[in-house]
Amino acid sequence: MWGVFCMDFKFKTKDDVTLVLGGEAGQGIQTVEQILLWAFKMAGYNVCASKEYMSRVRGGQNSTQIRVSSRRVSAYKEHTDLLVALSPGALEHLKNRIYPDTVVMGDEKDVEYPALGLPFLKLAQEIGSPIYANIIAAGAVCNLFQVDADIFNQCLTAMFSRKGEEILQKDIQAGREGYQMAESWGKVEVERDPSVADQVLLNGSEAVALGCMSGGCKFIASYPMTPSTPVQVYMAEHGREVGVVFEQAEDEIAAINMALGASYTGASSMVATSGSGFALMTEAVGLSGMTETPVVIYIGMRPGPAVGLPTRSSQEDLDLALYSGPGEFARAIFAPGRLEDAYQLSQRAFQLAEEYQIPVFILSDQYLADLHYNLPEEDLVDLKWESYLVKTEEDYQRYQLTRNGISPRGVPGYGGGLVVVDADEHDEDGHITEDLELRSRMVEKRYHKLQNLRKEALPPTLYGEEDCEVLLVGWGSTYHPLEEARRKLDRDDLGFLHFQQVYPLHPDTEKYLAGKKTVAYENNIKGQFSNLLKLEYGVDIQERVAKYNGMPFSVEEVLRSVREVL
Amino acid sequence: MMKPELYDQPDADVAWCPGCGNFGILRALKLALSDLEIEPEKLVLVSGIGQAGKLPHYLKSNVFNGLHGRSLSPATGIRASNPGLTVVDVSGDGCMYGEGGNHFLHTIRRNVDLTNLVHNNMVYGLTKGQASPTSQRDFRTPLQVEGVFEEPFNPLSVAIALGAGFVARAFAGDVDKTREIIKQAILHRGYALVDIFQPCVTFNRVNTYQWFQENSYYLEDHNPRDRVEAFQRATETMPYPLGVFYQNPDKATFEENLSIYQEDDRPLYQRKVNREAVHRLIQSKKKI
Repeated sequence: MWGVFCMDFKFKTKDDVTLVLGGEAGQGIQTVEQILLWAFKMAGYNVCASKEYMSRVRGGQNSTQIRVSSRRVSAYKEHTDLLVALSPGALEHLKNRIYPDTVVMGDEKDVEYPALGLPFLKLAQEIGSPIYANIIAAGAVCNLFQVDADIFNQCLTAMFSRKGEEILQKDIQAGREGYQMAESWGKVEVERDPSVADQVLLNGSEAVALGCMSGGCKFIASYPMTPSTPVQVYMAEHGREVGVVFEQAEDEIAAINMALGASYTGASSMVATSGSGFALMTEAVGLSGMTETPVVIYIGMRPGPAVGLPTRSSQEDLDLALYSGPGEFARAIFAPGRLEDAYQLSQRAFQLAEEYQIPVFILSDQYLADLHYNLPEEDLVDLKWESYLVKTEEDYQRYQLTRNGISPRGVPGYGGGLVVVDADEHDEDGHITEDLELRSRMVEKRYHKLQNLRKEALPPTLYGEEDCEVLLVGWGSTYHPLEEARRKLDRDDLGFLHFQQVYPLHPDTEKYLAGKKTVAYENNIKGQFSNLLKLEYGVDIQERVAKYNGMPFSVEEVLRSVREVL
Repeated sequence: MMKPELYDQPDADVAWCPGCGNFGILRALKLALSDLEIEPEKLVLVSGIGQAGKLPHYLKSNVFNGLHGRSLSPATGIRASNPGLTVVDVSGDGCMYGEGGNHFLHTIRRNVDLTNLVHNNMVYGLTKGQASPTSQRDFRTPLQVEGVFEEPFNPLSVAIALGAGFVARAFAGDVDKTREIIKQAILHRGYALVDIFQPCVTFNRVNTYQWFQENSYYLEDHNPRDRVEAFQRATETMPYPLGVFYQNPDKATFEENLSIYQEDDRPLYQRKVNREAVHRLIQSKKKI
C-alpha cells in the first residue's frame, strides 16, 4: 500500500529545501501556505514564500513556493525538492519545476512521479469534506520537517478558531491524520536557528503599509487593483488603531484627487494602485507637481499594457511613473528590494514628499508584494519623523519664491493666513496668472527642487568587491535572485549593484559602473532602467537580460546567464 | 455681524464677461457667507476648470482650484482630514455633470458634508460655446452643427434618485433668493446640491436672463421632505421650478462615519505619527 511505498523514500539532508504547493484557486492553498509558514517559523526555520496564481476566483492552477533554509533566502527558484500537489492539474502546471530528484506528494491516484502517494481525498471525505485534503497534506509536511505537533496545532487553532468549534476540530483531526501518516517516513534535516521563532514574518505589502504608517501617512484613497490591493487592505484594516483614514474611491482619478485634497489640508496622503489604474491617475500627478502638494504613490507593477496579466509580476512601469503627468516638475522614485528596505523607503517617501512638496513613488511588483519572509524586528528601522507644516500669518503666500524652491507650507485653518493653491499657473499668492516672466520663475521653482533631491538621493548598494570585473545591475525586486546568485557563485570578480532609488540617481552612480562589464536584469523588454542610466549619466550597460513573461527571474536563470558572461 | 465686503478680493483680475450670470452667484455667495459669519480662514472653496471654476479667485478664502471635473474629490479629502472647515465646491455644468459625472454620483452616495454649487449655463463658456451636458435639444454650436440630439442631463432628479440630502435649484438673476438657498445648503448637515441657472451672455443666446425669468417659478406649497413629490417636481420643465426640492437632514454624513473622529475630533494635521501603534502591529507579526 501507499505507506509501504513511501517508507522506502529517503530525503537528502540539505540546508535549503524548496517546497511547492500546487492546486486550484479555491482549494485553500493560501491557507496552507500561511499555516506552514508560521509553523516553520515558530519551529525555528528560516522561511520564505512567494506565489504565482491565475486571475480567477475558482479553478485554474496556482502555486506557492516555500523555501525552508538554515540561512535566510528570498528568491524564486525553479528547482523543487518537494511538490505537494493538491489537484491533478498541479503536476502538469508545474512540470518545468519538477526535476529528477523532486519528490511529489499527492493523492495516490494522481501521482506518476517518484512520489509519496497518499489517499488525501479519501481521508478528507471520511472526515466530512474534500476541503480537508489540504490540511491533511499540511500535517504530513509538518511531520516531514519535524515541526512539533503542538506548534502545528497552535497554527491550526489560530487559523480556524473563528470558524467555530466544529470546523476547528475537524481541521485538527485532518491535521493529525496527515501528521501521523508521515510518522514512518524519512525526515528532512535543515539546521534551525531558535532566534527565528521570535522574529517577525511579513510580506512586501505589509512592509510597505507599515512603513507608510510609520512615515506619517494619515490618509489613503484607492481603488482595488491587483497586486496593490493588499497594501490597501492592510491600511484599511489597521487604519483606526494607527490613525489613518482609508477611503475606497469610485475610480483611481477620484482616489488621487482625494489624496491631494487631504494632503492640502495637512494630512500626509497616499494612493496604492497598479499599471492601468495609475495611468488614470497621471493627470493628477501633474496637479501634485503644479500645486506642490505632496503625495506618495505606491505602484504594484504587473505586466501590461492595458489589463495585461493581472496577477503576474513585471517592472514595466518605471517609464510611466517617471514621465507621468503633463509639464515639468520634480519627483522621486523608490524601488525597494528587501522587506526591511520597503519599510524604510516607504517612510522616506513620505519624508521627501512632505519636505519637497512633490509626488514620490514607491515601485513594487507582484513578486515583492506577495513575498513573505522572517526577519528580526530590529531590521525594521524607523527614520526620524518631523512635520514640515508652518502656522500661517495674515500675509501668508503659499508659493513664496525661495532660494531652494521650497515655500513654507501652511494648511487651511492653521494660523491667520489663507492657503490658495491652483492648477493654473499662479503667482506667489496662489492666484491665476499669465505673467510670463513669473511663469518662468515658477517653472524653475518646481523643477530645480531636483538639484537638492539628487544630492539627497540614496546611492546604489554594492554587494561583493569594489574591484570586481563583472557587475550585475538590478533595481527593485530583482535584488532577490541576483544577490542569491552572486552569493552562490562567491567569486571575487563578480559583484552586484542594486538600486533602491531609481530617480533621481545618486551623483556617484557613474563611478560604481565605470570600468566594469555590466549586465543589467530587468523584468521588461525595453531595458527601462538601463535606458535611464544612459540618459542621466551616459552610462552604457553592456549586456541586458530581459524577462517579461510575468514571472520573476529565478536563481537558476541568473546563474545560467552569469556563467555565460564570466 | 460680518460684512460681505470682508470676502472681497480687490486686486482680482476678473475674467468674466460684463453681465455674466456668475457675478450674481458671487454676490449671493458672499452675502450667504457673511450672514452665516463664516470666517475666510475656516472656509475652503474648491473648484475645477471653467468660468465657474475661477470664482474662488474672486472671493477671499482658502482655495483649492484643481482639475477639470475633479473638484468633489479633493473636497472629500479636505473634509475627511479636517471636518472643522466649511467646504463649498464651485463648478459649472460641464465640470460637474460632464467631466466629473462619476464623482458627482459617488459624492452624493458618500454624503460628504459640503455645498456643491453648480453654475448651470447650458453651454461651455471657457472653450467658447460648445454644448454642455445640460444644453437643450436642438441647441446649435460650432461642434453640434446640426443641434444637440441628446437628452439634457437632469441633475436634480439624479441627485434625488441617489438620495442626496439637500437638492435645490436657484437662478443667478435673483441674488436675494439665491443667497437664501445657498445659506440653507451650507447649513444642511451633509451633501447639498444647488444647481444655479446662470445666463451666459456671450455663448448662449437662447437661455438668456429673460428666457430663464420667463421659464421658471419658485415652488410653493411643496413638501421638501416628500422624496417622490420632489422627484416629480424635478422632472418638470418649461417652466422650471426653483427652490428647495428635497431635504433630508437625518442621514449620517461621510465624516460622521469615519471612525477616526469618534474618540478624537482633532483634524489630522494636528496628529503626530503613531509609531507606538505601528510597532504593536509589527510585534503582532511574531505570532500567527
